[in-house]
Amino acid sequence: MPVFKLRINGKDYQADVAADTPILWVLRDHLGLVGTKYGCGIAQCGACTIHVDGDPVRSCTLPVAAIESSAITTIEGLSENGDHPVQKAWEQADVPQCGYCQAGQIMTAAALLKRTPKPSDQEISDAMNGNICRCCAYHRIHDAVKLASTLK
Amino acid sequence: MAGGGLLLGFNWFSSEAQTSATIINGATGGADLLRFNSYLSIGTDGMVTIFSPNPELGQNIMTSFSMIVAEELDADWTKVKVVQAPLDPQKFERQITGGSGAIPHSWKRLRNAGATARHLLIAAAAKQWNVDPSECTASDGFVIHKSSNRKSGYGDLVAAAATMPVPESVPLKDRKDFKLIGKPLGNLEIKNIITGKPIFGSDFHRDGMVLAMVQRPPAFGSKIKSVDDAAVRKMPGIIDVIRFKDNVAIIGTTTWEIMKARKALKVEYENDGKPESTADHDKILRDLLDSKEATVRRKDGDVESAFKSAAKIIKSEFQCPFIPHSPMEPMNFFAHVREDRVELVGPTQTPGNARMAVSKLLNIPEEKITVDITRLGGGFGRRLKFDFVLEAAEISSIIKKPVKVIWTREDDTMGGSYRPAARYRFEAALDDKGNMIGYKLRGVGINLNNATREDNFPSGAVDNLLIDTAEHISPITTGAWRAPVTNFLAFAEQSFLDEVAHAAGKDPVQFRLELLQKARNKPVGAIKYNIDRMETVVKKVAEMAGWGKKKDVHQGFSVYYSHLSYVGQVCDVVMKAGKPVVQKIYAVADCGEVINKSGAMQQVMGGIIDGYGHAMYGKLSFKNGVPEQNNFGSYRLIRMKEVPPVEVDFVDNGVDPTGLGEPALPPTGGAVANAFFKATGTRLRSQPFIEEPLFKTAKGF
Repeated sequence: MPVFKLRINGKDYQADVAADTPILWVLRDHLGLVGTKYGCGIAQCGACTIHVDGDPVRSCTLPVAAIESSAITTIEGLSENGDHPVQKAWEQADVPQCGYCQAGQIMTAAALLKRTPKPSDQEISDAMNGNICRCCAYHRIHDAVKLASTLK
Repeated sequence: MAGGGLLLGFNWFSSEAQTSATIINGATGGADLLRFNSYLSIGTDGMVTIFSPNPELGQNIMTSFSMIVAEELDADWTKVKVVQAPLDPQKFERQITGGSGAIPHSWKRLRNAGATARHLLIAAAAKQWNVDPSECTASDGFVIHKSSNRKSGYGDLVAAAATMPVPESVPLKDRKDFKLIGKPLGNLEIKNIITGKPIFGSDFHRDGMVLAMVQRPPAFGSKIKSVDDAAVRKMPGIIDVIRFKDNVAIIGTTTWEIMKARKALKVEYENDGKPESTADHDKILRDLLDSKEATVRRKDGDVESAFKSAAKIIKSEFQCPFIPHSPMEPMNFFAHVREDRVELVGPTQTPGNARMAVSKLLNIPEEKITVDITRLGGGFGRRLKFDFVLEAAEISSIIKKPVKVIWTREDDTMGGSYRPAARYRFEAALDDKGNMIGYKLRGVGINLNNATREDNFPSGAVDNLLIDTAEHISPITTGAWRAPVTNFLAFAEQSFLDEVAHAAGKDPVQFRLELLQKARNKPVGAIKYNIDRMETVVKKVAEMAGWGKKKDVHQGFSVYYSHLSYVGQVCDVVMKAGKPVVQKIYAVADCGEVINKSGAMQQVMGGIIDGYGHAMYGKLSFKNGVPEQNNFGSYRLIRMKEVPPVEVDFVDNGVDPTGLGEPALPPTGGAVANAFFKATGTRLRSQPFIEEPLFKTAKGF
């Protein structure tokens, strides 16, 4: 099998996997990075959201061969100490219920705030709409994204 | 706690499931720990570790349990951490998460645990200072002797506390002295969640473990005819293919390789019984509504006469489809079966029952089986079943390796244990003054032995009443779904009562209060709900929502009693460009003592949106025994843009806590449907609402 060199969270990794392996499974099964979750496998739920060169991407449908030299960021690498403004807002607003969708929610929110630092309520809902929360913690998620836009 | 003192040391965990890649029971810190009782340890560094016995699925009992213990312990909240306890019937009763029962069951036990430990710490300090314990107080992790200006941290007292005699009973705090309980404290586990730590069953890893995916019969009511796994065995990463019961398991080392291999698996199935389609269910349920062989659940007075003498009769039917639970984390479980012992690790709502089932399956005594509980990525009742635990155990025993069984979303959506499809026919008889003198309910369902809650309101408030049920047994598997039965029955009932109120020419809230007053003054038969508590939430939510006072806002009302708690709701609907839109949902909840204000808000808001979303969109249909929806492209869950604002308040009555995981869900459908009726004149009778004519013609839903 081909060996893929990957740059993830500022570190270099190697994965000996089939070229069509979605990066989600490379992260989870081969590199021990299990913060990124599997929810549906068809890019419908957002639990698998990572950043590729800063853009939010569904890792469950992105084959490892397509990544090449792009920089990947996962939830584990979003910050050194869990203190990215989105993570800080998540703590202040006490967002999670079961917690399973939350890494994907946080990654989507962080990407939104990078391109739209002061989003309106509508912009938040539009951007976050692709991320399902089965526990329905939607109010808290929305509040936290709004709060994060005021934090550093 | 057992008389005879405390035990040193901290390795009480019965499993070996400590790996660098998974947090299950948590790190217990570097300092020596004293395990005071089942629920708490204190370290010589003053760290308090709480052991949470019930599985955590997002109801945040890890935090609220900890708050209850820490309150009576007078602990420093910043020095409190919590770990998930494994299955241990010697230490804990009822390690189930279901029925909104964890806090009600453990309330007194947790308080006693904290208070007893506090007593021993004070006794130890008093002995050291040579004073009477009654002269000492405890606060924020310190024992204090005010008059001599001395204080000692808990960490410095634990060793001595171990030697103190354990009291038979201890006084508990008065609620006016609560420092933690009732506050909105942050989730103790939040750092682990938001930094992607491996806390879920699907994250669990054990060196040397293999993965397994199971191909199950796609049609309920079918069995294997033949299997051709030749191509699968040749595929990269595949270790084995095995058959057990009507299942084919593909064993491999990585998820993607197994997913690909499944596509090469050829299995032929044949009928085993009669596979059913939704069209069959429609006919079966319609016929059951007229069956002469229903089971009477409750009978008061003489309904026949009441209906004969009625000035007006109202009759309505309601129906719901099957729905899956759809937790965000699909089913998964780890098992390592050895000759004489078994290790089970994973997300289960019922570790005790799971262990019992595995013991029976493998003929290994329960004492030789350990169960470690990971965090659950959602439960909703699905993980009360242990089918996936048995799969892991059976596969491990066959291949003689540690194995984690993983389900895809398709497996999960198509894998059964659904909320049963059901249908209801309500009839009400009104006299010429608009009083409800007769009430009939026929509830029928698939695999639903009792589709009603016969002792719930309005039973007790109606002189002549008949409730009966009938059931069809189907090969489609069903199970408890958040607020079982009431998750749809409440909508049907609250809609019907709204209809009766309108037919009687009465305001729905007023009509409800009159019925409650009748139950209070002239009860009929058994009353199994608290009239005062129900009345309070009705009045409070009506006031909160400005009932009847808002211009151009159409309001619907409902109230429900479930899992010992009371929730009243009002829904505001406005017309926007000719379409009815939910503008806001108000809720007042009486769950007795609110432990964690933030967590409680989450359960009410979450329960409401869960109820609203499934009422609007949830539907699983069948063709020849096969579910027609299998993933989130075809099965619709509510998303952020569809979520209306919610406002919540709690009743502050200091009653012992009565549970909150489920009670906010049942009243939602009724409040919303009644508001839609007020706005449009059209009643919603079938879920999902999105398929009702009212919404089918309106764009943008």
